[in-house]
Amino acid sequence: MILAAESHGFLSPTGVEIVFLLTGLVTLGAAVITVTTRQLVHAALWLVVALGGLAVEYLLLTAEFVAWVQVLIYVGSVVVLLLFGLMLTRAPIGRSPDADSGNRWVALGVAGTAAVLLVTLVVDAFRTTWIDLDEPGGTTDLLGASVFRHWVLPFEALSVLLLAALVGAIVLSRKNGGAEAEPGAESEAGAGADSGAADRGGED
Amino acid sequence: MNDVLETLLTLVGVLVVFLLFPLLVGQTEHKVMAHMQGRVGPMYAGGFHGWAQLVADGVKFAQKEDVVPAGADRRVFQLAPAVALLPYLVVLVAIPFAPDGGVGQAIDAGIFFVLAVMGVGVLGSLMGGWASANKYSLLGGLRTAAQLLAYELPMLLAAASVAMAAGTVSLVGIVDGFEWWWLPWQLVGGVVFFTAGLAELQRPPFDAPVADSEIIFGAYTEYSGLRFALFLLAEYAGIVVLSALTAVLFLGGWHGPYADGLGWLWTLLKTGILAFGVIWLRVTYPRLREDQLQRFAWTTLIPLALAQIALTGIVKVVS
Repeated sequence: MILAAESHGFLSPTGVEIVFLLTGLVTLGAAVITVTTRQLVHAALWLVVALGGLAVEYLLLTAEFVAWVQVLIYVGSVVVLLLFGLMLTRAPIGRSPDADSGNRWVALGVAGTAAVLLVTLVVDAFRTTWIDLDEPGGTTDLLGASVFRHWVLPFEALSVLLLAALVGAIVLSRKNGGAEAEPGAESEAGAGADSGAADRGGED
Repeated sequence: MNDVLETLLTLVGVLVVFLLFPLLVGQTEHKVMAHMQGRVGPMYAGGFHGWAQLVADGVKFAQKEDVVPAGADRRVFQLAPAVALLPYLVVLVAIPFAPDGGVGQAIDAGIFFVLAVMGVGVLGSLMGGWASANKYSLLGGLRTAAQLLAYELPMLLAAASVAMAAGTVSLVGIVDGFEWWWLPWQLVGGVVFFTAGLAELQRPPFDAPVADSEIIFGAYTEYSGLRFALFLLAEYAGIVVLSALTAVLFLGGWHGPYADGLGWLWTLLKTGILAFGVIWLRVTYPRLREDQLQRFAWTTLIPLALAQIALTGIVKVVS
């Protein structure tokens, strides 16, 4: 087996490779802070850095479309939803020691195992692949063609999965019966915001 | 060497536009509102309609004390205005203003880039709202987030419709493919896009997140001095970007008589008219209530955008 980097040499990194590595370090650091910080909202904001770092990595690999979608969906929507949820329930300024579930070591074990498995898998699968960055491989054209020709079945399966999640969310939110659901949800939201403000009042 | 120089010139050009246009829009807003409401305001500084008053206002902002509330989360509080403002600067790079390479940087997935980066700007309001340690700010932040979640979808759908029409997601490609009959064809999509954009910028009549009679100034309540000015600048930069985007996507950008030489003027004119419309709406319409805001997005704009996509698809397949 010929390793991919052998033909190009291991010890002559190009500028892109160096930037890629550095961005990777920043992303990893932000991700670690996300799960270790004791300040809830800071965790969400560090998540923005981690997700943005990933987008930059995609960009460096010339997968432009994926990079922008990453920013649009994750930074623009998921994190905003996260922050919305935090602010609606409780988001005190400063530390929140009670936010610890006590599963620290189990979580570390699961994360470590998953990381080892994934890294082994990816290294094993792609160690003979070499991506030539001079010819763009991630343009919208190419990506659209491969998603809707080669991968159309997984794509449709995923959309069914998302539909199921959507239906599930609607069912969950209508637990109290159709007619009462709306006013009930509204007063709950109001109470959540109030208690959030009260929490912050306590902080002062 | 030439490449470096060219890139540098482009960046400087974008920066100048970014510094100049929002101020122009801001000053126009002052003056248009004043005249529409019959209260002219400062008229003498500098001569024509008191334009130099703007300089004085800038100096005033710079002189004010920069206060960070004692209970605030210092770093997030101070970072928020930059997060709100910078995305609009980045977006300007990708907007085409003239034919044949009249664009800062042609980006392959232009629409996605522009909408994605604009969405990041809202994080600034959320950060400011949370970090201020003020319940009005928190409520403002909440409303901002709710508004973004509701109006991002119709905006994306409307943009998807015009991308389908052109058969590309590149902004340059979309303007190149524009024909005059796209105007009636994409009319509904254009209205949805512009309206949703207004809501994302929290401009009246969608300004419940900064409703002064309810929550003072929403997420920006605790800000003063330069940081407050940066938030204001972000709003005006947002108007410029939204108007330019609507002009490029739905009004044909640089298309018009003598487009080869005067293309940039057409873009500018269309952008200017739309920006005037944004200002006009502010003085004409009362503020929507929070529940009306949500209902309008989910029951009016999204069905309209979906209908527009269906129409685009049908025309595309038939023709």
